[in-house]
Amino acid sequence: MSTGNMNLTLKVWRQKNNKAKGNLVDYKMSEISPDMSFLEMFDVLNEQLINKGEEPIVFDHDCREGICGACSMYINGRPHGPKEGITTCQLHMRSFQDGDTIVVEPWRAKAFPVIKDLAVDRTAFDRIIAAGGFISVNTGNAQDANALPIPKFQADSAFEAAACIGCGACVATCKNASAMLFTSAKISQLAQLPQGQPERYRRVQSMVAQMDAEGFGNCTNTGACEAECPKGISLENIARMNRDFYSAKFVSEEEV
Amino acid sequence: MASFGNAFSSSIGKKLIMGITGLFLILFLIVHCFINALIFVNDGGLTFNIGAHFMATNWLIRASEVILMVGLLLHIIQGLRLTFQNQAARPEKYAVYDGKANSKWYSRSMGLLGTLLLIFLIVHLSNFWVVSRFTGIPTEDANGHEDLFAVMKETFQNVWLVVLYVLAMGSLLYHLLHGFASAFQTLGWNHKKYTPLIKAIGVWYSIIIAVVFAAMPIAMYAGFIN
Repeated sequence: MSTGNMNLTLKVWRQKNNKAKGNLVDYKMSEISPDMSFLEMFDVLNEQLINKGEEPIVFDHDCREGICGACSMYINGRPHGPKEGITTCQLHMRSFQDGDTIVVEPWRAKAFPVIKDLAVDRTAFDRIIAAGGFISVNTGNAQDANALPIPKFQADSAFEAAACIGCGACVATCKNASAMLFTSAKISQLAQLPQGQPERYRRVQSMVAQMDAEGFGNCTNTGACEAECPKGISLENIARMNRDFYSAKFVSEEEV
Repeated sequence: MASFGNAFSSSIGKKLIMGITGLFLILFLIVHCFINALIFVNDGGLTFNIGAHFMATNWLIRASEVILMVGLLLHIIQGLRLTFQNQAARPEKYAVYDGKANSKWYSRSMGLLGTLLLIFLIVHLSNFWVVSRFTGIPTEDANGHEDLFAVMKETFQNVWLVVLYVLAMGSLLYHLLHGFASAFQTLGWNHKKYTPLIKAIGVWYSIIIAVVFAAMPIAMYAGFIN
């Protein structure tokens, strides 16, 4: 199927299961089209492996258009590869040179254990959301859209935080494997809107407690997460989460 | 009764302790640097010794010194704990990790820079603080003040100590370059109107403090100051 002219050497992390010890395995790829996406190149490789009777490489993917947050490869030392503002599925082979060696590893963090090969278990993020990343509403008819006036500036800011797709690139690239950018985005998207206010201080405490319980590291403000985030989530969200956390712990009289 | 709960043991609380103690140490460095810069008056240390005498005898300063020591210890202990905890959060390291693509090397090396500063501090405190507070300064100057200037002069005749001090100020420069703005971010002070200013002040503060401190042992060793 491939009709290109790129020759590449891939070094891919292979690991049988969560318990097994993994290692990098070399694969020579030839006639790769520069117009292929990175994942399509992996599809080609997997087809070749299947034809040879070998076990294909397991990797996460779903929408392949940069909105689901499933793909998760650590490519040449960076999450989602060398380009900014995109996920691995949006990365194309034209971003590499003919003859390149490309090292592909899974997200590495204690809180993201490897399931197999390049797929890691990111349910820690789900548990952080479940701890408080929601609003409680009464059932019934939807409210009129303009019933609650929200300033444009604030709505935009909340929306920017809501752009987080939960891929985990922030954790993967952080030298401390900290989940603060993710957690702060999920807190910020609700903290800036009127619907998020009733549970605002409860939410920040519960979600931060869950984040800590999952075994993520502590943030040291290196800013790597913001630089590598495919959705450009800002460090401002972490500062907002910190402020809300202090308000909850030192100002509010409610205990969580 | 309501309590603060896990306010200080949570990941954000631990950052808060680093940020507050860090800012306190940043304030201390301004005072320390100003008093020490009095050696550049170049009057045989008379002015400097007045400053040193005031710092050693004023009760408010002495009380602050206790807070300073507690803050310093907290900053060191918490910093070391955080460094080890954060290393444990990634048990299996990456084969290839391109840190320079997304962050500054000194932002990623605060534990190392801090450890170098800790080693320096042990030497530094035994050079001066232990002498001025405990074992006693042997001579007096023309004003009858303890001659800390003479102790300084003698210490910086040792070329190895001069090298150590200058290298340590290099570590301090990079530690502050990250630490200054980072402390404000941790306190939640990230604001489109203030953050650019905070970052600019942080850079200038770090450079001025490190350069002025490093100039002292060099000037004394070279004999520019008598």
